[in-house]
Amino acid sequence: MSSSVLYDAQGPRAKRRNVVYTIVFLLAVAGLVWWVYQNLSDKGQLDWEKWKPFFSGSEAWTTYILPGLKNTLIAAAMSMIIALPLGAVFGIARLSDHAWIRVPAAVVVEFFRAIPVLILMIFGNALFAQYTNVNSDDRPLYAVVTGLVLYNASVLAEIVRAGILALPKGQSEAAQAIGLRKTQTMTSILLPQAVTAMLPAIVSQLVVIVKDTALGGAILTFPELLAAVSPMSSYYGANTIASFTIVAVIYVALNFSLTSFASWLERRLRRAKKSTGAVLAPAAVGGTESAGTAA
Amino acid sequence: MFDFLSGYDLLGAFWVTVQLTLLSAVGSLVWGTLLAAMRVGPVPLMRGFGTAYVNVVRNIPLTVIILFTSLGLNQTLNVQLGAQDFDTINFRLAVLGLIAYTSAFVCEAIRSGINTVPVGQAEAARALGLNFTQVLTLVVLPQAFRSVVGPLTNVLIALTKNTTVAAAIGVAEAALLMKKMIENEAQLLLISAVFAFGFVCLTLPTGLILGWVGKKVAVKR
Amino acid sequence: MKLRKVTAASAVVLALAVSATACGSDKKDGGSSGSGGDKKIAIGIKFDQPGLGQKTPQGYSGFDVDVAKYVAKKLGYNEDQIEWKESKSADRETMLQRGDVDFIAATYSITPEREKKVDFAGPYLLAHQDVLIRADESGIKSPADLNSKKLCSVTGSTSAQNVKDKLAPKANLQQYPTYSACLTGLQNKAIDALTTDDSILAGYASQAQFKGKFKLGGFKMTNENYGIGVKKGSDLKAKINKALEDMVADGSWDKAVKANLGPANYQNEPAPKIGDIKS
Repeated sequence: MSSSVLYDAQGPRAKRRNVVYTIVFLLAVAGLVWWVYQNLSDKGQLDWEKWKPFFSGSEAWTTYILPGLKNTLIAAAMSMIIALPLGAVFGIARLSDHAWIRVPAAVVVEFFRAIPVLILMIFGNALFAQYTNVNSDDRPLYAVVTGLVLYNASVLAEIVRAGILALPKGQSEAAQAIGLRKTQTMTSILLPQAVTAMLPAIVSQLVVIVKDTALGGAILTFPELLAAVSPMSSYYGANTIASFTIVAVIYVALNFSLTSFASWLERRLRRAKKSTGAVLAPAAVGGTESAGTAA
Repeated sequence: MFDFLSGYDLLGAFWVTVQLTLLSAVGSLVWGTLLAAMRVGPVPLMRGFGTAYVNVVRNIPLTVIILFTSLGLNQTLNVQLGAQDFDTINFRLAVLGLIAYTSAFVCEAIRSGINTVPVGQAEAARALGLNFTQVLTLVVLPQAFRSVVGPLTNVLIALTKNTTVAAAIGVAEAALLMKKMIENEAQLLLISAVFAFGFVCLTLPTGLILGWVGKKVAVKR
Repeated sequence: MKLRKVTAASAVVLALAVSATACGSDKKDGGSSGSGGDKKIAIGIKFDQPGLGQKTPQGYSGFDVDVAKYVAKKLGYNEDQIEWKESKSADRETMLQRGDVDFIAATYSITPEREKKVDFAGPYLLAHQDVLIRADESGIKSPADLNSKKLCSVTGSTSAQNVKDKLAPKANLQQYPTYSACLTGLQNKAIDALTTDDSILAGYASQAQFKGKFKLGGFKMTNENYGIGVKKGSDLKAKINKALEDMVADGSWDKAVKANLGPANYQNEPAPKIGDIKS
């Protein structure tokens, strides 16, 4: 980073100035942290009493947090598993030569990308309640998964489509030249390469899914990780700040490991590109897409 | 057919959604740009802060952030944001939460835009004797912004949809009204269609207009 | 390239997982829809109200829980056949209408509006709306003082509606989905009073962590007749009424009140007669 193109190598004056900036910034941040700390400890939010349940004994974990985390993971996994094939189908359909396939697929994808996932979840919840006899235990889960699948399948469709489009034309031309049919070209030449190249973007999308499950806890009555805060904090004497902090840390840890896995994959793919000459899409296509649509 | 809509302030709810979107958009553009400047700047501590901020905030569900503004900032730290009644306070807290969250994505979009500006531009600017702030604000950022209209549009559309999360702290926007209507009225599909249509009306033109703007202002290279 | 193999392998895993989840969901059938059919009963309670309905590491505890257990027993269900569900205030009518639960015992006041949507058995407890204030609070001596204060209550509860309609229309009212959220603000002076039924407030005030920090106003602003909510037209209503009568007659009612609300120093009203709704 020292050789950034945006600024010159630092001379003595610039170095001095940077030290001043550092100190000023440090003081500002420290001031903010101090204010928060002071306020919290005045209000007794930092008392050991409030934090004890999480650090001594496993009760809080086995009663509230872990069951919630389990539901979060189940919902996220189910959504990904269902959304991925669906997304691939729609992504391919948007590339079809036939307008009667291409246009409806495009309309569906654009429609579900334009609607908030929360609206889809509320709709799913009411839909299952009024028109199906899904067990009421499973209904919030189904509603959350429905919302997530509808939304993320359309996002994944765009990721897959971008991946296929980014492949060099020579790939499909070569496939045609050796006499493969269109379906064969897609399934055995284009799709495997596109999915492999887009793997980092797909893993990043998993982060979005995990985050969105929290909506089900806050608005529907899906008993996931975030929903565990309320009975937990009332049982342990309104330790809201402590409960929230613990839950937020779990989310960050979970998602950060997913993000790191995604960037590890990306680096690996880059290296593989150099050594084997395999064809890859520019990472930026997936990267900005998943960052931009992160709900 | 649409008489079930009477008695509900549908336009009012969507107007709140629009207000949330616009205020948060402006706020997160400013804060996101500052974060991006910190991340590419010469001061190591600010770089570290920017990186940490983006990595933490991007990985927390927005719902947690929004709830935290209410239960943490307001109820525990007594932050009022200059308002007295809870309706106004909750609205402002929601805007604050949305800014905190969205700016992480704005920052990353702008940073990727900075990367698209050819190295020669910054080098030429430095050769003229401009310092870091001048290089960034006069030469690099203007070009970067023009190339990231597309990604920023995606962020804006995501933000529009994310305003529904404000329902979690009782801000009377579209999703909260939809939930209430579904509980009280029978026409599930019709109600859902109305709200879906409302959001398509907000997001689709945004995408089209800004897509056109993006093409218009893109730096031809 | 190794990654291609990884992709293929994960595709197989995904496919297996899909079929596994598909099988898994087949086995479950509507556990709560047909009451008694497969010998399970779904009961809605609160999960975050100490003394009435609270989820604890040891299970569920509270007065509502004990009443629900007794009623369920009289209906022919053992404790292990009960499925406890969280019914937040705003969701209670919807849950009954959809048949998510067979009955709800969750500090559920009988009101004319609610009776349009659901049926009530009982009442089984008479409570009064009151306020919980900090122990050192001196500015709230009568309900009239509330008008200039910051109040907190729960979305969709009668207490919130009462405040808006008659008790303190000018008060600054914050609403959360659950009471525990209000408690945070009360403790930190972001809120001056938490208003709801005295039975609920007593439960919070007596929690070990809050000893001496909060007190009840003692205003008795309204009468809240707790009933057991059932689906409109359900034949459960008569059976539950019978069970509640038995519970009072054999002394279990007194025992449950003493055990759950006694530690809170709660002066309970005598057991109400079935169908005697005090307005």
